[in-house]
Amino acid sequence: MNVLLFHLMPYADLDLNEAKNYQTVWATLPNRLYDPKKGHALYNRYLDELEYGEQLGFDGLCVNEHHQTAYGMMPSPIVTAAALARRTSKARIAILGSALPLRTHPLTVAEEHAMIDNITGGRLISGFVRGIGAEYHIFGVNPTFSLERFQQAHDLIVRAWTEPGPFEYHSKHYHFEYVNLWPRPYQQPHPPVWIPSQGSRETIEFAAHPAHKYTYLQTFSPIKAVARYLQMYKDVAQGFGYAPSPRQLGWAVPVYVGDTDQSAFDEAKVHFEVFRNTYLKMPFEMLLPPGYTSRESMKGMAAAKAQLTSYLDTKSAMDMGMFICGSAKTVLEQLKGHAREVGFGNLLTMLQFGTLPADLTRRNMERFAHDVMPELKKASRAMHGDISIA
Amino acid sequence: MTTAFTSEIRDVGGCRITLKRGGAGRPLLYLHGASGAAQIQPFMQELAREFDVLVPEHPGFGASDEPAWLDSIHDLAYFYLDLLDQLDLREVTVIGSSIGGWLALEIAVRNATRMKALCVIGPSGIHVPGLGKGDIFLWSPEERVRNLFVDQAIAERLLAQTPTPEEQEIAVKNQFTVARLAWEPRLFDPNLHKWLHRIKLPTQIVWGDSDRILPAGYAAEYRKLIPQARVDIIAQCGHLPQTEKPQEFLRLFRDFVAQA
Repeated sequence: MNVLLFHLMPYADLDLNEAKNYQTVWATLPNRLYDPKKGHALYNRYLDELEYGEQLGFDGLCVNEHHQTAYGMMPSPIVTAAALARRTSKARIAILGSALPLRTHPLTVAEEHAMIDNITGGRLISGFVRGIGAEYHIFGVNPTFSLERFQQAHDLIVRAWTEPGPFEYHSKHYHFEYVNLWPRPYQQPHPPVWIPSQGSRETIEFAAHPAHKYTYLQTFSPIKAVARYLQMYKDVAQGFGYAPSPRQLGWAVPVYVGDTDQSAFDEAKVHFEVFRNTYLKMPFEMLLPPGYTSRESMKGMAAAKAQLTSYLDTKSAMDMGMFICGSAKTVLEQLKGHAREVGFGNLLTMLQFGTLPADLTRRNMERFAHDVMPELKKASRAMHGDISIA
Repeated sequence: MTTAFTSEIRDVGGCRITLKRGGAGRPLLYLHGASGAAQIQPFMQELAREFDVLVPEHPGFGASDEPAWLDSIHDLAYFYLDLLDQLDLREVTVIGSSIGGWLALEIAVRNATRMKALCVIGPSGIHVPGLGKGDIFLWSPEERVRNLFVDQAIAERLLAQTPTPEEQEIAVKNQFTVARLAWEPRLFDPNLHKWLHRIKLPTQIVWGDSDRILPAGYAAEYRKLIPQARVDIIAQCGHLPQTEKPQEFLRLFRDFVAQA
């Protein structure tokens, strides 16, 4: 199993009392609540944490893209990935992912990812996402064109990486007279592509397609949903006539390891609940603008709506397997169990979440790296053998 | 006495739309706004006393098809030019509300030869810096209804109705098409303002003084761009004067038609 360290880089110094006056920390939260001096300290702390992840033996360091939000301070994951590129030497750097439809010129994604792949000598994992609903409100990109822009931008990027240039590219949304990428990617034919998602059939069919076989990552979901969507991937792949390798399946989940189950719970509770109930909260209309998901999916969203607006406490999140929290022994047993049942080959651990401070984050990372990761990898090797990153 | 409206499915170049039609007299085409035109409303009944009233559901709305070619308001404008040709309508009076008003203007700048007069009610279509619009895509379903009217009793009545699953499905479909047409740029066409002077028709601009979607200040801006237009502002009224103040709207419209 590949075990990676995933960081959202939340603006943890948010004045939570002030934030209560707003419906959401996305898109419309006034940016006077962002203090650049605190931001400076947080960016450097978080980058230190990611770099420390390499020392602790994580296989990869993951960054992502979100805009105009206290949820995460990475409007450009390219910047954070580039900062890590020269300060690390072994770990893969995973951009999970670049929000393709938000770019007017998706060729810039091909260029920027290729640069990082060259600088790191092929340590890049590329990730492509649609961007979440709030970002369509922010950027003005028409959500009813989101899926086709994603597909066309993806095709352009992969062709730019793999086909000899110069060539012309024309699709409904993008037109380029000269596609001729300098630099070409270091990894051949191109960096691995991972697709993070909250779960949708359209995305799974795209990732599992035999021409892609991209690694699909189910992010922050109850374990039942993780199992359902990863099973959907397997079924879709079977439908295409092949059995997917565990390397094509991944799960991103917040994890907290304490000395004991009780101390873990006590230490993590408040920080997890800020993550889940303040940073993730947004109105339904912001999360799902028209056309962002298929009409069919929109119909069944009443349940999602209820879940989105209700407060989720730490205990319930743990019971649902949305949050893995406990002593090293408990965390190891749970993760081994899920790996056995669900069969993922990549685990993306979010070891900082919400307002979790630096000291607890470090201790969490150390306990996980020393007391969970080696045994987990050993158990996974017994189940699935060695799993490459591809 | 109410006029019976017929309803037919009409095929225009492979795109099927529903078209309701009632009354007698000169033709009047009503172009609906964001919430569609599933029902014949009282003001349409009133208009049918004097006009041959045609109420289509635009492609992408209600029971009409969702053609693959529908990418922008321009596509709809050309579609309606095809429809006018197919129906061979002449001297049509066009009323357009909200996005339907924008659509009427897009049609008229392209080809107004089949039109006699134009009445636009709270039309979107242009952008005026400093005149903030309501964010119809960020409002909750309840806010969307409430913000349409000054008279909250109308909103209460609408909110008290439980939509059937079919109505819900159509609301989602309409909302999708509104986003497709108007998400970005938000509710306007950056080129339309350059060509509105081409509209030489008798034109009426009607606005509710308390419109929360497009503030009434837009009426004066439109007047600058269509100099012959008359502007009628209706007091204590929101985005849909024809629904909220139908008598007042009809009085002003009849007055406009009499002069035109």
